[in-house]
Amino acid sequence: MSRRRVVVTGLGATTPLGGDVATSWSALLAGTSGVRTLTEEWASTIPVTIAARVAVEPSEVMDRVEMRRLDRSEQFALIATREAWKDAGAPDVDLDRLGVVIASGIGGIITMLEQYDILKGKGSRFVSPHTVPMLMPNGPAANVGLELRARAGVHTPVSACASGAEAVGYAMEMIRTNRAEIIAAGGVEAAVHSLPMAGFAAMKALSTRNDDPTTASRPYDLNRDGFVLGEGGGVLILEELEHAKARGAKIYAELSGQGLTSDGYHIAAPDPDGAGVQRAIAFALRDAGLTTRDIVHLNAHATSTPVGDIAEANALRLALGVDADQVAVSATKSMTGHLLGGAGAIESVFIVKALQERIAPPTTNIENLDPAVTINVVRDKPRALPSGDIAALNDSFGFGGHNVVLAFSSY
Amino acid sequence: MALSQAEVLVGIKEIVEEVAGIPAASVEMDKNFTDDLDVDSLSMVEVVVAAEERFGIKIPDDQVSELATVGDAVNFIVKVSA
Repeated sequence: MSRRRVVVTGLGATTPLGGDVATSWSALLAGTSGVRTLTEEWASTIPVTIAARVAVEPSEVMDRVEMRRLDRSEQFALIATREAWKDAGAPDVDLDRLGVVIASGIGGIITMLEQYDILKGKGSRFVSPHTVPMLMPNGPAANVGLELRARAGVHTPVSACASGAEAVGYAMEMIRTNRAEIIAAGGVEAAVHSLPMAGFAAMKALSTRNDDPTTASRPYDLNRDGFVLGEGGGVLILEELEHAKARGAKIYAELSGQGLTSDGYHIAAPDPDGAGVQRAIAFALRDAGLTTRDIVHLNAHATSTPVGDIAEANALRLALGVDADQVAVSATKSMTGHLLGGAGAIESVFIVKALQERIAPPTTNIENLDPAVTINVVRDKPRALPSGDIAALNDSFGFGGHNVVLAFSSY
Repeated sequence: MALSQAEVLVGIKEIVEEVAGIPAASVEMDKNFTDDLDVDSLSMVEVVVAAEERFGIKIPDDQVSELATVGDAVNFIVKVSA
């Protein structure tokens, strides 16, 4: 029996570039930055005062009473899922065969901080009874599971900034192994707040280009100085190919493979040899039945940190060899900022759009390309992708040495 | 000074609308919080804490389960405010 194939039949997102996929995608192709100066009072207490907040506040599209029981990360998950599910045709499916895999890197940290302030300020009696369901990392997946009434399984893989990609890959395996026919898969993050930002700043991981927010995220630029924290999320409806065909679903692309490895090197720093990344790429290609020659586009992890961008670029060159010259590499975090557990999900959405429309989004803010970068970066303007059967990779790496590479193929 | 039944009812209406999204007009004395207004147990905790804060009273935890209807809550609050 041949392996069950997994296709993408719906897309949803709320990002710093737009409140849905269409708006986010067109802003991305136009090279728009979603990074802004933070105006919150707490921003003056930390060394970094810029971030990429969602373009459309949840309050603009969500009921007030529903919102007050949901952490911001859960709000993002529901908003993205509603768009994706509708985009997939809101199919009437066997609920026992419907799953949810939605990740978050940090979970409901804004709820945790706000409720902790209430605990210290007013006392335990005033702590919201919704606190625990709002701060639990599986909260976004759980709320989506409730909304869709999914009964095949609701899961939340957690691997820091690789979480969103790992969720998409986990969902693919659930369909391949016949645990489900259709799954809402993705990742979200809502961590634009004082403590996570102070923590990342203490690691010297964030850009301090406070006076020039829109150029602060500059992957591969010689003067990059760290990432810009973003928020939002993306959800893909993944579906078994025959199930999708039987209901006449629109098929965007095939999720054809994944490769997962771990560095065993350092809790936060990437392995400078990039061996784990190279192995993840090789595994993803093998799993997808692809060779390096099939790959025409890659959405890099490239967060704009001095060390990380080079480690990844070197690993890509080694893993793809001479064929790396033909791979249009896009670092979309130059515009969206880094959505942590949401990154791999929105970047999967962008890859699916790139395959569908045969165009690779630009990487902005490269004034002087770091000479150590020897891969073929799409700079400034979008680049057309070839016709015929093509494939693309999505790199995601997380603190802890997690490497996740997803392979998508045109369908 | 004791609160009047009317002013407590107005307060409860506002709290239930804020917490559970139930239109104030439908929050009447004979309505059961769970069966009629769909206020679940977590939201009931919020209603109780908001009422305590608004009316400056205490509603002991063992009393909360006795407050089945809006009228039960209003009458209890009027009584303890005296």
